[in-house]
Amino acid sequence: MFAQAETVATPEVLWWALVPLLVLAGAAVLLLTVASLVRRLPEWLPAAWTIVAGLAVLVSVVPLWNEVQDDGARSFLAGAVGIDGSTLFVTALLAVAVVATALLSRAYLTREDLPGVELYVLLLLSAAGGVVMASANDLIVLFLGLELLSIAVYVMAALHLRRIQSQEAALKYFVLGAFASAFLLYGIALVYGATGATGLARIAGYLSTTILLEDGMLMAGFGLLLVGLGFKVAAVPFHAWAPDVYQGAPTPVVAWMAAGVKAAGFAALLRVFVLTFGSWSGEWQPAVWGLAILTVLGGSVVAVVQTDVKRMLAYSSIAHAGFLLVGVQAASDRGTAAVLTYLGVYTLLACGSFAVVTVVGGAGDDRHGIDAYRGLGARRPWLAGAFAVLLLGQAGVPFTAGFVAKFGVIAAATEGHSYALAGIAMVSAAVAAFVYLRILVALYMEDRHLEDDDEAGAVEVDPAPWGPRIVITVSVALVLVLGVVPGPLVDLAKDAVPVLVGG
Amino acid sequence: MSEFLRSWLVLVVFGGLAVAVVGTFLGLGSLLRPQRATEQKVMNYESGVDPQGDRWSQSNIRYYVFALMFVLFDVEVVFIFPWAARLEAYGMFGLVEMAIFIFILALGLFYAWRKRLLRWI
Repeated sequence: MFAQAETVATPEVLWWALVPLLVLAGAAVLLLTVASLVRRLPEWLPAAWTIVAGLAVLVSVVPLWNEVQDDGARSFLAGAVGIDGSTLFVTALLAVAVVATALLSRAYLTREDLPGVELYVLLLLSAAGGVVMASANDLIVLFLGLELLSIAVYVMAALHLRRIQSQEAALKYFVLGAFASAFLLYGIALVYGATGATGLARIAGYLSTTILLEDGMLMAGFGLLLVGLGFKVAAVPFHAWAPDVYQGAPTPVVAWMAAGVKAAGFAALLRVFVLTFGSWSGEWQPAVWGLAILTVLGGSVVAVVQTDVKRMLAYSSIAHAGFLLVGVQAASDRGTAAVLTYLGVYTLLACGSFAVVTVVGGAGDDRHGIDAYRGLGARRPWLAGAFAVLLLGQAGVPFTAGFVAKFGVIAAATEGHSYALAGIAMVSAAVAAFVYLRILVALYMEDRHLEDDDEAGAVEVDPAPWGPRIVITVSVALVLVLGVVPGPLVDLAKDAVPVLVGG
Repeated sequence: MSEFLRSWLVLVVFGGLAVAVVGTFLGLGSLLRPQRATEQKVMNYESGVDPQGDRWSQSNIRYYVFALMFVLFDVEVVFIFPWAARLEAYGMFGLVEMAIFIFILALGLFYAWRKRLLRWI
């Protein structure tokens, strides 16, 4: 049929390497199709479907991981997409976050009486975007992944139809997010202008072999890329959206924002800055250094004065982004491995913490003041105990996974002779510990005097449905186990250091 | 001044000239012409139809569905035109790719239809 025409060589596709992405995107499209065709789906089906898709991605990552460890990283689709250890590591984290978010969402949507297919479709699409970002070998593909990830999350933030804060959060996130995307795109354009390529491998090759006499355009490109990605991971001073959006968005969606979006954002930061611009690290390291200091200090200090637990956790997630930036700033293999370890631990901590917040938030999703947590230790010892472990983990107390994570990034910073940065990071970890201790004090040491106040008794926390219960149990167990035996995760992260392969 | 900046200077000069010429003519016109305003003359021009209502009018929010649908097909066309021009060269691979692309966009329309978004309430 097309025999007489000259043909264009279509790029080689390694279909097996695309399996996680295809599973996520395919599951989303299929779910949307079925939801359009069948008027009333059983309520459990979309959640179960999403969980199965997430688990399928987790399973499919294992053979890919072995393949990459044996044969090395690969790039395909004309060098636009690559697969290496870090791609698969972040893909697995995203899959875990998808499963956890789906478990939380099912309980949340039932409690809030919200229609429920869209959240799952958007969650799967957003995860697919995250996978694209983690495997991007080209700045344009990176941007595509970022938009797929973000646009889905903008809508997810607005999904609580009857809460005005949810709509407000979505609008704020959307406007600021679109603004940040423009920064990123401009950065890509300037880097392309300076190096003549959008492929990461070709940019890296150009930068390591060329001496630029006028590097102003490249520097501006670095700066704008850093702004765009800094916004996505909520680094100070690009963090202003985070507290409002975290406070307003439905709590399961916040878990996804904290765990999934952050993991994808840092995967992109590592690929672009540490890997591609690695030979110019002397130029961008000071900027990331400043960003990291502002972020750890800003996040920790402002968290102290919050009275809303969701806002508090939002600021603490900003502080966590700061610690991750400390690892990025090291611009070394050790720093990269530390960032990946931290992301793994933080995924667990974020999913678990926001699962507790989902449960305590109660019908209407608005009991997030610290008052709601007063005396929880006496009334709901298991829930309070789990939250205590997760908060101690976030504080980085030894024998929790949080300590391993914080130790990794600070060790990487000292190895890179950034002693000031390491010191400031440790000081702000101590400041942030106060925040978590404040919640702990509310949980255990302040009683709410239920017998005196009937109205307070009326807002008793309902028992957790099984979805959040699974998420809380698994995350607490893993936080404790990884705190004592961190070896497996740390070794995986070490093997997951990204590699650039030209196409 | 570097060669790079000099090439921009041309743009600045031409831009300034354009503003000056238009400004001069409009300014001279307003000085020379008689100004006798009547109610009919200062009325908003609306294609010869008598203007209705205030200048500050809001469009109905329900039009957003059409805006979204427009984007759906707009994006589709942006990709289909270049593809159609080189369809023979892309062969079967291109055909399948475009079929998948159109399927996913059509799914969006189908979803909107099933959600009864296309009905004017």
